[in-house]
Amino acid sequence: MADIVGYGAYVPRYRIKVDEIARIWGRDGKSVSSGLYVFEKSVPAMDEDTATISVESARKAVKQSKINPADIGAIYVGSESHPYAVKPTATIVAEAIEATPVLTAADYEFACKAGTAGMQNCIALVESKMIKYGMAIGTDVAQAAPGDALEYTAAAGGSAFIIGRDGIAEINETVSFTTDTPDFWRREGEPYPGHGERFTGEPAYFKHITNAAKMLMEKIGTKPSDYDFAVFHQPNGKFPLRVAKKLGFERKQIEDGLLCPIIGNTYSGSSLLGLSAVLDVAKPGHRIIVVSYGSGAGSDAFDITVKDKIEEVERIGVKKMIESKEYVDYGTYMKFRGEFK
Amino acid sequence: MGVARYWREIPHRYNLIGKKCGVCGKVYFPPRSICPDCRRKSAGKMEDYKLKGSGTVESFSIIHVPPPEFEGKSPYAVALIKMDEGCYLTGQIVDCDLKDIHIGMRVEACFRRIQEDGKRGAIYYGYKFRKAE
Ligand SMILES: [Zn+2]
Repeated sequence: MADIVGYGAYVPRYRIKVDEIARIWGRDGKSVSSGLYVFEKSVPAMDEDTATISVESARKAVKQSKINPADIGAIYVGSESHPYAVKPTATIVAEAIEATPVLTAADYEFACKAGTAGMQNCIALVESKMIKYGMAIGTDVAQAAPGDALEYTAAAGGSAFIIGRDGIAEINETVSFTTDTPDFWRREGEPYPGHGERFTGEPAYFKHITNAAKMLMEKIGTKPSDYDFAVFHQPNGKFPLRVAKKLGFERKQIEDGLLCPIIGNTYSGSSLLGLSAVLDVAKPGHRIIVVSYGSGAGSDAFDITVKDKIEEVERIGVKKMIESKEYVDYGTYMKFRGEFK
Repeated sequence: MGVARYWREIPHRYNLIGKKCGVCGKVYFPPRSICPDCRRKSAGKMEDYKLKGSGTVESFSIIHVPPPEFEGKSPYAVALIKMDEGCYLTGQIVDCDLKDIHIGMRVEACFRRIQEDGKRGAIYYGYKFRKAE
């Protein structure tokens, strides 16, 4: 199928520790951290949102790929935190990377998997020769009500992928598994999401990811041991470890792409940021499986083989970017979120 | 600032597109239609020029009492930046401890939210600066 021609990623500089959030709500930070396997999460600055994070990621992807941005024929931004309810984020990105005006663009929403849905569209458009390059972005500045269980993980970050030909990694196959499952939602005009508590695990995350992963491996005749890296959506640090084990993957296969323990859940950014971190260290011939998950619910699975050309590009350095950080306390976090009105 | 003006200024606000004088080579930002040095000779010779985005802090000020549209965002730093192309820009410095900002600090442009017309209005994006790697 089509190739990944370039990738970019962005995680805001600020962090808050799970300990600090737990302190405010009178909970034991150590036990919250070990329960979720998340230690700190990224916090967007006051002037960062899904548009700015998407632009930063998109610019890195363009710079890495060295393509002419005017050759990008489609841009899809997947997020559940678009800055406007009506007015696309994708046009802001298109203008900021100088891809306008000859392109199609749209915003996608499918909880945490809208970015990979955009990627599938780009693959189809490249495969059908409708466009030369397509860009798919997954970004979120996740919302959580103060005191809600989601507050420990709801984070910010994004990743952009340019899909085309003659790239750094080939997408061999992609499949999806989708059902109507109300495990998590946010109603129009509501600032914070609601969720089905325990219902978010087995019938939602685990069912969709395992089915998509198994369908993909059956379709192309692979088994878990054929992969050098595996990336599963990361609502917390525990779920991807558990789903990996359930499917027969070993911990070492998922470690490079597991970012949730140090940045939290970046929602639409999650699986694509994981893939970016893997591409940072991957070598030609390496095989990668990526399975996203979006509440509501669905999973997109991708089988990817790294190509020789990856040695010619400058890697993004996702882990290094994450290491460059500054901690904020809960009060500053609330100020950044604009909670003082 | 008004949606129409913002929209007109998108190329320079998003991508630092200024003008370069085709006669003397001087770069202007924000864009100018005529070079003040070459005057009439530069007419029709001012070309679009995209700044690389890197520069040096020449002077800065920490704002503690902001104008109404930036209420709730103080303290923040606004700096005069000498861009590598020689022109000067004013912009906010972000992602940097205010105590660390100093004259001579190398910075690079980044893409941020500048302001919004209240909760119901348009959101304006553009360049700010962060410490260069
Ligand atoms: Zn001149």
